[in-house]
Amino acid sequence: MDAFIHQVLSGLATGGIYASLALALVMIYQVTHLVNFAQGEMAMFSTYAAWSLINAGMGYWPAFLLTVLFAFALGVVIERVVIRPVEDAPVLAIVVIFIALLVILNSATGWIYSYTIKTFPSPFPKEPLFGNTYVSSHELGAIGVTLVVLVLLYVFFRFTPLGLAMRAVAQNPESSRLVGIRVGWMLALGWGLAAAVGAVAGMMIAPIVYLDPNMMGGILLYAFAAALLGGIESPFGAVLGGFVVGVLENVLGAYVIGNDLKLSVALGLIIGVLLVRPSGFFGRVHVTRV
Amino acid sequence: MTRRASIGVAVLLVIACLLLPFVVSNYRTFQFTLVLVYAIALLGLNILTGYNGQISLGHGAFYAIGAYTAAVLMDRLGAPYWATVPAAGAVCLVAGFLFGLPALRLEGLYLALATFALGVSMPQLLKYHHLEKWTGGVQGIVIAKPEPPAFLHEAGLRMNSDQWLYFFALTVAAVMFVLGWNLLRGRVGRALIAIRDQHIAAEAMGINSALYKSLAFGVSAMYTGVAGALGAIAVQYVAPDSFTIFLSLVFLVGIVVGGLASISGALYGALFIQFVPNVADEISKAAPWAIFGLFLIGFVYLMPTGVAGAVRMLLVRFTRKGAK
Repeated sequence: MDAFIHQVLSGLATGGIYASLALALVMIYQVTHLVNFAQGEMAMFSTYAAWSLINAGMGYWPAFLLTVLFAFALGVVIERVVIRPVEDAPVLAIVVIFIALLVILNSATGWIYSYTIKTFPSPFPKEPLFGNTYVSSHELGAIGVTLVVLVLLYVFFRFTPLGLAMRAVAQNPESSRLVGIRVGWMLALGWGLAAAVGAVAGMMIAPIVYLDPNMMGGILLYAFAAALLGGIESPFGAVLGGFVVGVLENVLGAYVIGNDLKLSVALGLIIGVLLVRPSGFFGRVHVTRV
Repeated sequence: MTRRASIGVAVLLVIACLLLPFVVSNYRTFQFTLVLVYAIALLGLNILTGYNGQISLGHGAFYAIGAYTAAVLMDRLGAPYWATVPAAGAVCLVAGFLFGLPALRLEGLYLALATFALGVSMPQLLKYHHLEKWTGGVQGIVIAKPEPPAFLHEAGLRMNSDQWLYFFALTVAAVMFVLGWNLLRGRVGRALIAIRDQHIAAEAMGINSALYKSLAFGVSAMYTGVAGALGAIAVQYVAPDSFTIFLSLVFLVGIVVGGLASISGALYGALFIQFVPNVADEISKAAPWAIFGLFLIGFVYLMPTGVAGAVRMLLVRFTRKGAK
């Protein structure tokens, strides 16, 4: 039983990270109806930036904040420079652009930092909190950070004029433009926020999976599964989906299919959800007009 | 270009292809064998993504299935190497058709997502420990190098195994390209393009969209599987980590650079993905992918029809001037 509780709790911890990345995917999907394949690599790139700052002697939390700002700027720049020109292009062109971003960020990181695996510090104490034996303090801390990010985002979107404008753009770009919202900049802002959330996820997962240019491949897959499970248009669904996927991955990996097939859980979930209920738990069903 | 001129160019190309392995070194011959292998795989992906508009980011998985089919047949069952190629094609036809059935309900981005997931999880599936006695687990399988058949030697043709492999791959590629050309220029090809451009209108005209789409998936996977088997025989080695998601992305780079919905584009794309990394590797280990990424963006922005489109455009301009 203890082992089971341990599996569930550490599943929740990684699930929180999947939830953040899934949330980032959903934020971009909501405003542009695109799934950003480069989301994981953007997070990875930002995490390397954090590693550089910490190695240069900066404290963890200042480096953390600076990295979030850096990721935000990176997201905005990528949207303005690369995504803008293909906004109305066919899906294939956009997917190709995302893949291009993915490999460019991946190889740029490999070029700058080399492909050797690096350790990444955790800001939380080494000893388990409150003397429990189930969950390490980094895992607890990661859950906490995820929750803080979620609350901040909720407050931003629910209670600030800017958040309201962004929601308006997501719902109806034409009408938003008519009431004077700068739609283009809202999209860029959405990308920036998504990249910042992704960077937080990257910094939280890096102490667990170690820093390496390919670290995000599997995690991105779980985030896709989480976003789809919750309904790719629902931020709340994506978060819930993240936690569910995290727990499922750990429990199934430990008891049913073994650790060496964990990624197939994500594959199965993605295909299963798309087949059985493409709108996920909380998504809306779309009807297309001929 | 006049008919006579294009026949002349074609004959020259065929002669060049036939003489190539006797002119260049063994290592270059091996590289050109791989170009042919990639060309078959790219043609397969192009049938699905270029002609039928179904985005696949996981074709490396079918390449892996083809390669493993060939390796397991040769290593565990002692099958001759030439027999494994059609076998791999058949296995992948079925696998592709089966994966294509659920994919019918997925469009655009969602299909890209599902195939991406397939591509990412493939190496893990190949390492699965219950399959280890067939697949060799993480270690993979080493395959013996095929020798040129005895009748060539008796006929007085001296050939080493690299040269023989090149001709073997050339024959398979020629067959696959003729088949593909026949498939795509006729009724089936038009149906595939119609579904890509406007699937509702295509259905209204009586095209069985579901059947054609899953068939396109099957045929595309078959091409890629044949390429996988040939590739495994040429490299003489299969291991799970040669079939990561990046292999699938290489194929994507190949069809975008070569030219979407173009048969000759498969060849240009294959040359690109074989030789550019070779040159770029000397700069840095990361350079090939940086270049691939930049080329992807460049082609999407500036030349969406790829090299094949550029060649076509130049030819038109060239011959018009000549006609005046």
